[in-house]
Amino acid sequence: MNLKHSWIIALKDIKVFIRKRTVLGTVVLLPLLLSVLFPLVIEFGGRKSGGIAGPYLLTLLNSFAWFFVIIPAIIPAPIASYSIVGEKLEKSLERLLATPTTDGEILLGKSIAAFIPAIIATYAGASIFMVLIDGVTHGQLGYFYYPNLDMDIVLFLLAPLALLLSIQLNIITSSRVSDVRTAGQLGSLMFLPFIGIYLASEIGAFTLDTNTLLIIAGVVAVLDVALFRISTSVFQREQILTKWK
Amino acid sequence: MIETENLTKKFDGLTAVDGVTFRVEEGEVFGFLGPNGAGKTTTVRMLCCLISKTSGTAKIAGYEVGNGADSLRIRRLIGLVPENVGLYEGLTAYDNLDFYGKLYDRTESQRKESIAALLKMLELWEKKDVPVATFSKGMKQKLAIALALVHDPQILFMDEPTANLDPEAAKTVRDFILDLKKQKKTIFLNTHNLDEAQRICDRIAILNTTLRAIGTPEELERSVRGRVTVIQLEQSNAAVLDAVKKLGLGDVSAEGNKLTISVADPEKNNAIILDAVFRAGGRIQSVNVVGSTLEDAYLKLVREREKV
Repeated sequence: MNLKHSWIIALKDIKVFIRKRTVLGTVVLLPLLLSVLFPLVIEFGGRKSGGIAGPYLLTLLNSFAWFFVIIPAIIPAPIASYSIVGEKLEKSLERLLATPTTDGEILLGKSIAAFIPAIIATYAGASIFMVLIDGVTHGQLGYFYYPNLDMDIVLFLLAPLALLLSIQLNIITSSRVSDVRTAGQLGSLMFLPFIGIYLASEIGAFTLDTNTLLIIAGVVAVLDVALFRISTSVFQREQILTKWK
Repeated sequence: MIETENLTKKFDGLTAVDGVTFRVEEGEVFGFLGPNGAGKTTTVRMLCCLISKTSGTAKIAGYEVGNGADSLRIRRLIGLVPENVGLYEGLTAYDNLDFYGKLYDRTESQRKESIAALLKMLELWEKKDVPVATFSKGMKQKLAIALALVHDPQILFMDEPTANLDPEAAKTVRDFILDLKKQKKTIFLNTHNLDEAQRICDRIAILNTTLRAIGTPEELERSVRGRVTVIQLEQSNAAVLDAVKKLGLGDVSAEGNKLTISVADPEKNNAIILDAVFRAGGRIQSVNVVGSTLEDAYLKLVREREKV
């Protein structure tokens, strides 16, 4: 596999998508919004009652951190959809497939193109979130809560794995639909299982502690491998040209 | 340069291309004519290693189509102008060309040189930094051809390159193909524009799932019924008809004052025919030699069921 080819394809896709303001807005807006919204909730939410109680504050901060797993499951959808369905719509796939690149190189390039902006947006949002949270909780806790091991697992293990899962799902759905919006909407459904985990933790089914996070990461990694196999079987020249809608 | 033998493609039991055998020489402009659904695009896709063949063999510059390692080598040697221009509308003309140049592993200086040359040749240089979305259809088609040439391929596959273009843009594209021919590029041209095929192709193959005929445009025209001599008489005359029939040079028919004689070689036989007409008392108003057209050949051949 020639990684240079994948990188060239990824850079081209990023260049194309940067000019699509609606796509760029979707990718940037959600992490930024949540990174500011959560600290505001902490700062103003407990004011009437004289501040959020210590143990509940820690639970709340862990819950908020989980959103940085949900975000990467949502935001690659519009990019991945443009990257593949957009290429179908512009009817440029045939020409791309006629170049001396392998199916794997093209697929990897498309995945990188969705991965990089989404992970940058996630990390940017998480950085702002951590700085602001530390700013508003330091007085009460007496120490900087972030970064910590759980947040490291979220950002450096779960977020990339969730992102990959979302990208694989997008590639699979892109082969079945011929409309960017539909592909994006179907692809972003990957956030549902992560919302389910969040709700389960909220009702006390389990806590999102270090061990749970590692177990979830393991399960997501297995799902990543499974969906990767499906997406590579879907992303084959002949299928793309003769069977894709 | 391009060789196929019994090349066949079936999709879920439906035969799209059936046992096609032909050879295209280096530097030749080879036209592939056929109606919609004849298998022209499927053949090009097989030759460009985009889809697999069901059976038969095909070779491009000695490399075998369908062999994994050879497929990448073939794709390096060829350029494809697909039926749909397939441009990145949000990118500039230069960025589109640069992207493909990079995928063919051209160095930066090679890319700069070939992009400038192509854009200038196609009169797009002034628009190099303009997003392709603002281009006219003709400009997009020219850029699509430039994209296929950015790596200086030996063989160019073009699928309906002038379809949907206005006459002026179509002429520009045709002239450009003729320029490429002068550069000794091998060009495989899919088209159902008979006039275009006749004007620019050295040889033409007529396809309708099976290959119906191959030859130069002139050979195909003659393959239908040869040429006929048409004599317009002042008055119809049974004696003239008998006299010409007695010559035994070919089928003779009369319609009003017009005599039509199928002759293998009008240049040689017309003098004999006219002499017979004079001797039988016929007075001639005009004599014409009429050949069948490529359109006649095409229509006859695509309707034939038998394989050639």
